[in-house]
Amino acid sequence: MTAHISRRSLLGLAGMGTGALLLGACGGGESGDPDGPQTINWWHIQNTEPMLPVWAEMAKEYETAHNNVKVEIQPLENEAFKAKLTTATQAGSPPDLFQSWGGGVLQQQVDAGLVKDITKDVEPWVGELLPAALQPYTLDGKIYGIPFDIGMIGFWYNKDHFDKAGITSPPATWAALLDAVGKLKAAGTVPVALAGKDKWPGHYYWAYLAMRIGGLEALKQAAEQKNFDTPDFVAAGERFKELIDLKPFQRGFLGAEYGSPDGQAATMGNGGAAMELMGQWAPAVQASSSTSKKGIGDRLGFFTFPAVDGGKGVGTDAFGGGNGFAVGRNAPASTVDFLRMLLEVGNQRRSAATGAVLPTNKAAADGIKDPNNQVVAASLASATGFQLYLDQAYPPAVGQQINDSVAELVAGTKRPDQIVKDITTVAKSQ
Amino acid sequence: MSPSPVTGLRRDVAVPDLAPAVPAAHSGRRDRSRGLVTIALFLAPALVLFLLLVITPILVAAYASMYKWNGFGLPEDYVGLDNFTRAFSDPVFQGDLWRAGILIVLSLVIQLPASLGLAMLLNQPLRGRSVYRLLFFAPYVLSEVTTAVLFTLVFSPNRGLGDALSGLLGVEAVFADPDTVLFALFLVISWKYFGFHMILYLAGRQNIPRELTEAATTDGASSWQVFRHVTLPLLGPTIRISVFLSVIGTIQLFDMVWVLTGGGPIHASETMAVTMFQHGFRRFEVGYASAISIIMFLLSLVFALFYQRVVMRRDTEGAITTRGVQ
Repeated sequence: MTAHISRRSLLGLAGMGTGALLLGACGGGESGDPDGPQTINWWHIQNTEPMLPVWAEMAKEYETAHNNVKVEIQPLENEAFKAKLTTATQAGSPPDLFQSWGGGVLQQQVDAGLVKDITKDVEPWVGELLPAALQPYTLDGKIYGIPFDIGMIGFWYNKDHFDKAGITSPPATWAALLDAVGKLKAAGTVPVALAGKDKWPGHYYWAYLAMRIGGLEALKQAAEQKNFDTPDFVAAGERFKELIDLKPFQRGFLGAEYGSPDGQAATMGNGGAAMELMGQWAPAVQASSSTSKKGIGDRLGFFTFPAVDGGKGVGTDAFGGGNGFAVGRNAPASTVDFLRMLLEVGNQRRSAATGAVLPTNKAAADGIKDPNNQVVAASLASATGFQLYLDQAYPPAVGQQINDSVAELVAGTKRPDQIVKDITTVAKSQ
Repeated sequence: MSPSPVTGLRRDVAVPDLAPAVPAAHSGRRDRSRGLVTIALFLAPALVLFLLLVITPILVAAYASMYKWNGFGLPEDYVGLDNFTRAFSDPVFQGDLWRAGILIVLSLVIQLPASLGLAMLLNQPLRGRSVYRLLFFAPYVLSEVTTAVLFTLVFSPNRGLGDALSGLLGVEAVFADPDTVLFALFLVISWKYFGFHMILYLAGRQNIPRELTEAATTDGASSWQVFRHVTLPLLGPTIRISVFLSVIGTIQLFDMVWVLTGGGPIHASETMAVTMFQHGFRRFEVGYASAISIIMFLLSLVFALFYQRVVMRRDTEGAITTRGVQ
């Protein structure tokens, strides 16, 4: 080991705990020969049914086909994964294959030299994947990760509640949405479920409105110029405020989590609210966190985020993201080959069949069985533009500030023109 | 260093008396140095661990706190004390200090007196006394995370019994309202820790010889007077320790808040440790987070030193001033 690495390891040991050092010790010296004995350390966040056993089976199959390779799987819960990865990466020892959303966080890992540039390794087969899905993992023209799942955010709604309130077609404009909220309230229904404690679900509204009002270009420009203090972003806050002022959210929403038994997903799954703005995983989480474990079944529908009158953005631009894997800098030679195996059409179909994954391999689209997933996939396929979640696309500090600031807007403690200043201040400090 | 003639309590709470380990102090230089070698040998393992796991991280954090550093690679962008001035001008961190102050005051004014009262009550001959003691102490055994999850369920806005009850009083969804969340949090902290303070007081109370209270009663003191002029002063050392633990615990409060509210809504229940975690692990501003941790460390250190020197002076007198003197 070089002096550089031992210094890092010492820092890791001192600051972050001994686990980092142990990991550092297993990571080194394995790259090179793809036929030598090697172990792939794989961290993923599909730590529950249905994907957990599917990943495990695929790893087993790979081990059987390549008896020199051992795949050590570490399934982690989303938040636990983030904390654990932070510790490992700060100690300079990332796992060999790990969950990544691409964007600003991946960029930081790239800058620190923690992930491998796999552009050349994946060149033969990367064309099989959806270009929009690959975009967040492509930084400065180089590929640092491979997405296995891609989706978009949109409104999931309860058809029964909409029928009861006399709403015949899903709202296509923001004004129509506000109107629908009024009708739902009049019918005695909670119009919108929102997880205020988790903050990120709230940022979807602000981001989508900014996209519809300013267009994709506005979001890109804001990131480049580190300036969100523009009329478009203020207008996004004001439009969102129109919705907030109607008091459309469930009781105690400021303290609600997304996935807890009393959270946003459960409220929808138990039929307690008419709609939520959420990603492709919404039906699965609604079902698993509902009391019946089945959600609202075929009474659940999907419509894309409405257009805003006079906005520069088009209603067919999609906002969302997916899941993928990045390859750690000390990963053994077979890691990319293993990753390729996970992304093969057959395996992507298997993943899609669970209903928890929307495949990125174009040929595997026919594996999507769930009708709601098919709608999301179709909307995404016809999308005119794509924007990654802001809390992943931007550097982490900016993303978190957006979440925090939008939460303040929702709680009514800050005005739309104040939050853009707060976000700009953080963006400029990066 | 003898036990106090009055209370029977050993008063060397803070620093163990090392003197007996040097029995050869009077018998020549060689023996003395051999004694020191022995001490060094015995101390070494603990000292190495202490240096590695306590002192080194503090130094690393102090070093990192002067850099703008995202935690990757080595810190390079030196910013001096900027992170510290940023903390003190950040409304969230100012709020953290303010909230810590409120929680400390609430603890001292409500939680500790209540525990003391309960301890006095459970010192009386009472049917099923030990059952009550056990019950009241039980919450302390739960981990903070378990406690937090439990209360999330109890006060869940749509299905919690606690929320239904508080609704009758006109307070709804206490953890979702920025105006009530801190007090709700205090309630949970008190629920978890009152049993611990109660046991401390109970132990202190039982160390007070019965003769003293009996004598006071014989002299015609009312039960309030006995409490006020005999029990309370003799409980002094215990109360001072209990206050100390309560304050230090509040400065470092994290797990419970993190699970219960995540510091929200809109920072209304955020503590210094939560702010530190947010910046260190969410925003990757490790330099700034280190600065916050150093501020927490200094606050605790200054408070501990001040408190031991001034408030607990009498309790620790023997331990500090007679150290090394035979």
